[in-house]
Amino acid sequence: MGNAVRTGRVAGKVAFITGAARGQGRSHAVKLASEGADIVALDICEDLPFAHSPHATWEDLQETVRLVEEAGGRIVARKADVRFRDQVDAVVAEGLETFGKIDVVVANAAAIQYKNVFDLSVEDFEAGLEVNLTGVFNTVQSPIQSMINRNEGGSIILVSSGITYRATPAVDYAAAKTALITFARALANEVGPSRIRVNTIHPGYVLSPANDNLKYAERTAQLLGREPFTSLEEHRQALWDRFKPQNMLPVGYIEPEEVSNAVLWLASDASRYVTAEELKVDAGFGDK
Amino acid sequence: MGRLSGRVAFITGAARGQGRSHAVRLAEEGASIIAVDICEDIPEIPARFGTREDLAETVEAVEAVDGRIVARVADVRDFAQLQAAVADGVAELGPPDIVVANAGVVPFTDFPSMPESVWRTTIDVNLTGVYRTVKAALPWMVEAGKGGSIILISSGIVNRGGGIVVDYAASKAGVVGLMRSLALELGPYNIRVNSIMPGNVLTNMLVSGNFGRVVAGAVNGGEPFASQEEMIDAMEAMFRARNMIPLGWVEPRDISEGVLFLASDESRFITSESLRIDLGFAGK
Repeated sequence: MGNAVRTGRVAGKVAFITGAARGQGRSHAVKLASEGADIVALDICEDLPFAHSPHATWEDLQETVRLVEEAGGRIVARKADVRFRDQVDAVVAEGLETFGKIDVVVANAAAIQYKNVFDLSVEDFEAGLEVNLTGVFNTVQSPIQSMINRNEGGSIILVSSGITYRATPAVDYAAAKTALITFARALANEVGPSRIRVNTIHPGYVLSPANDNLKYAERTAQLLGREPFTSLEEHRQALWDRFKPQNMLPVGYIEPEEVSNAVLWLASDASRYVTAEELKVDAGFGDK
Repeated sequence: MGRLSGRVAFITGAARGQGRSHAVRLAEEGASIIAVDICEDIPEIPARFGTREDLAETVEAVEAVDGRIVARVADVRDFAQLQAAVADGVAELGPPDIVVANAGVVPFTDFPSMPESVWRTTIDVNLTGVYRTVKAALPWMVEAGKGGSIILISSGIVNRGGGIVVDYAASKAGVVGLMRSLALELGPYNIRVNSIMPGNVLTNMLVSGNFGRVVAGAVNGGEPFASQEEMIDAMEAMFRARNMIPLGWVEPRDISEGVLFLASDESRFITSESLRIDLGFAGK
């Protein structure tokens, strides 16, 4: 592979991103590549039986590859499930082999079930934690020793959620996403001496394939007590109208790129002394 | 094209230290600057403040990066002075898109011996001064109708206890409450309001005041240090022990990078956020 001199705010860095096949994960991969980084990407590329909406596909991941390369980045992209440590380790090993290092980790892969506390079985609860919490643990622990050994700092970004400051109808998701805050704080304290920073990011409502789909639209219609939506566009408008009153800024939802701008800032050396911090990107939702 | 091309930033406390750093960093990214500073000492506060010469140096530093700047002497305790300074800036540069309420004092006085005059001054500069700063700029921002970004400098001390800073901590916590409510009120205008919580920053404000005596008391048996270098080293060691990243302080430019991020469109949907830049102090 070519090794042209890269420019940009994360030039020369290598970022490991999970859930990179579409939506926010894809956006982070493209944003970081456009600012000079190379990418190690993974995605489950199949549906999870307990999750509410369909997950990404292998074709989605290939599209991420195409977009990253178009942005000038090199990329290793593999199908892998963050719940299985050997799968994560294999991707990380290949990434280290190909690029020589990993400096940035974006733990973005997640799953949401939308079951209320009565419908959520113990198995369901554990399944949610397995992706959203243990999956993040695997994502972070796999490359961490290599980052410490290199002794050139690094940035670990855990994607939490804007709902950690408000209530949400998904206790497993809420628990896991909030747990990431103290996980990040504890880890930040451990790896601070290595100049590795650990922060959480808290996106508000982000329009992405995770909610911009027919299955999700069915749920929205039920919640609003109305006729099924006739198009995704109609559903998007309903989402906008539904969430806008809950935000301080006059928007119903934001695009993945807004979160990627914050990921870029945390990944870059501009935030070299920011650690154990929780960065909301939520149009003011959390504090309203 | 800079990240703030065509924007105008109003910055208080800009004669030196963090304020000067913000003026230069934002100008590097294309912003024009309206800068104010009190440019004289305040009797109640035992520290050396910025001077007119310092403010002139800020002007030079901004112009050296091809930035335009209007600089005025103004005390954030005096609303008319702030209004006049902003009006002068607007006349030459246009209405502000960005406000950086940075002017602040830190007396370092233990509570039992703190005169009410010191408490009042700290609140008047650090909290009411921030209120006045926003109020002076806001009518121009609303009239311009382009939205904007207001950045209030709070402090990392808000999340954790700190000795001999009761007045300072109260004022800085007040800034966060102010921020949240302001963010809610101004959201409909697409004006974002956020705060930054710096950890310790090595500036004149930190080393010229009472805190050196406190450090001497803690580590030197009360004896004054032989030199400022020795005092700074002792201070650094004290602070370093409380941080996750093993350094005593951040540089002004680290705070400026946070200001830049919050000022730019990259954070256009971030509001009511308190951004800590503190070596992990608050989390340890």
